[in-house]
Amino acid sequence: METQSQLLMKEKTTKTTRMSGSEAVIQSLLREGTSIIFGYPGGAIMPIYDALHDHQKELHHVLTRHEQGALHAAEGYAKVTGKVGVCFATSGPGATNTVTGLANAMMDSTPVVLITGQVVSSLLGTDAFQETDVVGVTQPVTKWNYQVRRAEDIPAAIARAFYIARSGRPGPVVIDITKDAQINQLDFYYEPVKSIRSYTPEYPADLAQIEEAARLINLSKKPLALVGQGVIIGNAEKELLDFLEKSGIPAAWTLLGLSAVPSDHPLNVGMLGMHGNYGPNIKTNEADLIVAIGMRFDDRVTGDLSRYATNAKIIHMEIDPAEINKNVHADVPILGNVKKTLPLLTEKIVKNDHSDWLKEFEACQRVEYNRIIEKQLNPIEKGITMGEVVAKVSQAFDNDAIMVTDVGQHQMMGARYFKFKQSRSVVTSGGLGTMGFGLPAAMGAKLGAPDRQVCVFVGDGGLQMTIQELGTIYQTQIPVKIVLLNNNFLGMVRQWQELFFDKRYASTELINPDFQTIAKGYHIPSLKVSERQDLDEAIQKMVEADGPFLLEVIVEKEGNVFPMVPAGASVSDIRLE
Amino acid sequence: MTTQEKEEFTLSIYSENHVGLLNQITTVFTRRHINIESLTTSESAIAGIHKFTIVVFATADQIKKLAKQIEKRIDVLKVFVFRADEIIHQEIALYKVSTGSLLGGNEIEMLVRQYGARILEITPEYTVIEKTGHKNETQELFEKLEPYGVSQFVRSGRIAITKLKKELLESYLKKLETDAIQLN
Ligand SMILES: Cc1ncc(C[n+]2csc(CCOP(=O)(O)OP(=O)(O)O)c2C)c(N)n1
Repeated sequence: METQSQLLMKEKTTKTTRMSGSEAVIQSLLREGTSIIFGYPGGAIMPIYDALHDHQKELHHVLTRHEQGALHAAEGYAKVTGKVGVCFATSGPGATNTVTGLANAMMDSTPVVLITGQVVSSLLGTDAFQETDVVGVTQPVTKWNYQVRRAEDIPAAIARAFYIARSGRPGPVVIDITKDAQINQLDFYYEPVKSIRSYTPEYPADLAQIEEAARLINLSKKPLALVGQGVIIGNAEKELLDFLEKSGIPAAWTLLGLSAVPSDHPLNVGMLGMHGNYGPNIKTNEADLIVAIGMRFDDRVTGDLSRYATNAKIIHMEIDPAEINKNVHADVPILGNVKKTLPLLTEKIVKNDHSDWLKEFEACQRVEYNRIIEKQLNPIEKGITMGEVVAKVSQAFDNDAIMVTDVGQHQMMGARYFKFKQSRSVVTSGGLGTMGFGLPAAMGAKLGAPDRQVCVFVGDGGLQMTIQELGTIYQTQIPVKIVLLNNNFLGMVRQWQELFFDKRYASTELINPDFQTIAKGYHIPSLKVSERQDLDEAIQKMVEADGPFLLEVIVEKEGNVFPMVPAGASVSDIRLE
Repeated sequence: MTTQEKEEFTLSIYSENHVGLLNQITTVFTRRHINIESLTTSESAIAGIHKFTIVVFATADQIKKLAKQIEKRIDVLKVFVFRADEIIHQEIALYKVSTGSLLGGNEIEMLVRQYGARILEITPEYTVIEKTGHKNETQELFEKLEPYGVSQFVRSGRIAITKLKKELLESYLKKLETDAIQLN
């Protein structure tokens, strides 16, 4: 067996081509099937940009307006395509600007490869101009990172980066390349990585656990499936439906599991967690069996763990061993890719029907409709609600668009009221809750799925965190549909202040610029709606626009998202108002 | 989940020999606010594979999660967790006393013999005594020597060997190879 450095330096026996390190970067990316790069140049990465200039036909570079935007765009691209998103940034501030995007991709298991330029190797450690310890800074927010100081190590490092980013539980990888390594010559030879001995991306299924899970499922009277993003990452939507339809188990989903099961599927009982639906939350503590499929029991889903799933045995199907028994004890852990484990389980279970149990969810849905949904969708008050805008936009796109969101109330409203027909239709910041994610992520999503409509919901707060990406949208003419839900507040924080801080609105009111003038400055067609009667027509204009479009809707200032499981409360304590 | 008692665990961590790994491993502890009692690191018996021996006080539940998080790092091969009774472990301590006090009577020499220590080096000014043992033993000798003047006292981190018959890491590497063949 070889050590890693031996692997990286492995003698090349096959035919090689002489080229610069920068050209090797480009050639390696092409070998990995890269066709688009999001990035921002600077001194330490100029040789790579120079090499890229000769490959503009095969490699489309999108110049974002900030490195954070490049990362989020790559994430959006990765989410809708399932491919690795690729970014370039320069050393120092370029690299540090990517940290939020890396952290976001790490939390949400998104495959991204970021290549950063670094100062020349002889200057490392001297506090040279624009030197930062990129490997040190990004270590906690990457799945793997590595500094390349020799041109000949570039192909092997990039091959490893791609393999690690996309295999197992995906995540971001950083390759930091010194400027001399970019300039020096090497004998190029590319061999994709197929395994790494210290890394087990997937464990084979344990058949005894599958037997035991099947036994529990067959005995269960009130089973509930929790569908997470693992299903989407594993391309296991069909395997999931086969399992659900044979077992008859109602399926609730996490925010990142949204769109794995079509919205109108009879077994789809709605969203879990803090602003999820009433039924799946309240029924979690009535279920006698939980089948968690590619999800990680995040605290926004579980609430108080000591009062979570109190009557249920837990089957946990998960690819990452570190997630098993991390938050919730699994009675039956099933390690592995759900694409492979689900069919094994489906084969072992008996065909079943839980229509009485399902009716209990329908009853909950009626309660939620009467108390909350009705008021959102058909409001009697004058102010436009976020829910009605989301529902109308969804319908205008025939319930088949890709929905991107920023973070806040509009994100939860989007998840609650947008409807989906196919998987990979949601791009949102889950684990990190990154304001500013939406606009750049939407650009990447549209470039990844040019044949689909991409619509991003964003708040007036979050839009201003990455608003400069309107420049990228204009320059690149990316036809994203931007719906700005403007309440002149940092709405989600204001909601918490209203509910838990005696309505003391400390620093949450926004005095905003005229977003219409801003859109105009960026040459992006736009409309502003503040009266309900104008909404449909404006949405139609947006849907029909060929290019990018910004629709600003002035919504009620102090609307709230309900239901709500307050932070630290039990899912049983879900509040309807 | 019940709150468990904290106890002493020794972790044997095997990794690729790669710059920055120590940082990767220790941040897993820092992030969970678990204090490292002792740490030693060097090449393992297998060429190219590095070994870290880390002693911590934590609950069994914390340790299980911690070990999985460390194993999750790409370049870490395997983490083995041991309770005190599963390993034989030693630390080494060095004591520097003045040669004058050594020659002043036979008490120091008695202590050296009584504690199974040995004299490493004698110069006209100072004498260096070496003892291997558990922390409480090296500490006890330090306290006994102190009245005679100890100008320096250092103690290493722990090294440990398991009481098992088979070599854990080697069987793990063999298993990796067979698994890889099965998966391909
Ligand atoms: C970068 C970042 N900073 C702060 C927060 C905390 N935060 C969460 S939601 C929110 C308010 C968002 O306001 P807005 O973008 O207007 O959306 P709304 O909630 O009104 O829909 C804030 C400040 C965050 N999630 N991300």
